[in-house]
Amino acid sequence: MGGVRVLVGTRKGAFILTSDGKREKWDVSGPHFAGWEMYHLKGSPADPNRIYASQTSGWFGQIIQRSDDGGKTWHQPGTPPGEPVAPGPPKSASNKFAYDASAKPLTTHQWYDGTQHPWEFKRVWHLEPSLAEPDTVYAGVEDAALFRSTDGGENWMELPGLRGHGTGPKWQPGAGGLCLHTIILDPSNPKRIYIAISAAGAFRTDDGGVSWKPINRGLHSQYIPDPHAEIGHCVHHVAMNPKRPNVLFMQKHWDVMRSDDAGDNWKEVSGNLPTDFGFAIDVHAHEPETIYVVPIKSDSEHFVHEGKLRVFRSRAGGNEWEPLTKGLPQKDCYVNVLRDAMAVDSLDKCGVYFGTTGGQVYASADAGDSWTPIVRDLPGVLSVEVQTLV
Amino acid sequence: MIRVILPQHLRTLAHVGSEVTIEVDGPVTQSSVLNALEARFPMLRGAIRDHDTLRRRPFLRFFACEEDLSHESPDAPLPDAVASGTEPFIVIGAIAGG
Repeated sequence: MGGVRVLVGTRKGAFILTSDGKREKWDVSGPHFAGWEMYHLKGSPADPNRIYASQTSGWFGQIIQRSDDGGKTWHQPGTPPGEPVAPGPPKSASNKFAYDASAKPLTTHQWYDGTQHPWEFKRVWHLEPSLAEPDTVYAGVEDAALFRSTDGGENWMELPGLRGHGTGPKWQPGAGGLCLHTIILDPSNPKRIYIAISAAGAFRTDDGGVSWKPINRGLHSQYIPDPHAEIGHCVHHVAMNPKRPNVLFMQKHWDVMRSDDAGDNWKEVSGNLPTDFGFAIDVHAHEPETIYVVPIKSDSEHFVHEGKLRVFRSRAGGNEWEPLTKGLPQKDCYVNVLRDAMAVDSLDKCGVYFGTTGGQVYASADAGDSWTPIVRDLPGVLSVEVQTLV
Repeated sequence: MIRVILPQHLRTLAHVGSEVTIEVDGPVTQSSVLNALEARFPMLRGAIRDHDTLRRRPFLRFFACEEDLSHESPDAPLPDAVASGTEPFIVIGAIAGG
């Protein structure tokens, strides 16, 4: 029987929750990096002991942390712990995210008021380790761009073709900023990567990141001048079952969508959801037509609908949804579940996990039928990822 | 010997206590002090000043001898009391309370 390691990023530190395959008893370690915003932590599929973390602060900027022992110890790549510090120029560039000035056309992006605004790096929202190489990792950043490191996070280079696509002047920040928050690597095609930006939309590369194309056909957003425009949609998150990589599910600002052709075309599958606004979405590890969302009341009221914390599950790939409530508060609950704060493990039965802005991390060891809180009182949860350990 | 006081989060990054001491060759200025600090603690590179422009991060301030030196030229001499090690050079988050 394997186990699981749940990586939790919060507004005031990171926490690591571990359990055996039963997922009943949990060990909690943390806070790691106490007091810092931990936007995202994710383990390498090629080496589960390798974990990358995004540590950020409005005061001190961006820090990248790396663990090579499953989260027991951490260091900034390029500055190993305990290494004698030699005089001379600083050598650590693990927190340097410099936009590639060669990106053509070099553009500005749209500001909230419709004027143009220069790109300014703020933070790393999402880290996506390579499926095959532990030292290769992608970073989605605000203001939106995609970076890659091939030396374990010591140095970062932008993949300039994305901003060079030419639509940059139409990209605009959502309420959380102009962030590249979703990176999905296609396990069947190493050259294919999906990304999503709020608020620009989804993009795909089929040549390893050199060139990109928008994949937003079928999206409809009333808050942009042309609701069917190629660019400008506030995509909140995209999920894929690795066993069926051409099928994607999307939680847009409003609307839950699916694509059966690698994002070329989308159709709405919100069906009977009580509200189709939301942030998180994920897919069952073994049943590619089983998907999960947490409906949020509206874009003005970022908390769950009717004071009830409900995960909605569809076993039909959308349209037909059932509320999952066993073990979740069903009155006076006003939390949110952010876009990167839901994950699944690959045990049998599939485990589902999510964290709330109220600091609870809930786990289901039976694919969502019932839920228990692993922890109740953490700082607001920004991200949840799961490693299935063998 | 120059004394530098760091805010808590930077102490954690650099694995040091509240005050560190560094040696500075030549004129003692904000730039020379921060160059020496970053050379000794590379993990602080980018956390106090921008990597490329070397401008102070906007939410940090520099104090010494009960004066706010944040807007002084980076190449202006620091007070003699800092250069002699009598008083520390203080890096502080730009919020008074809250």
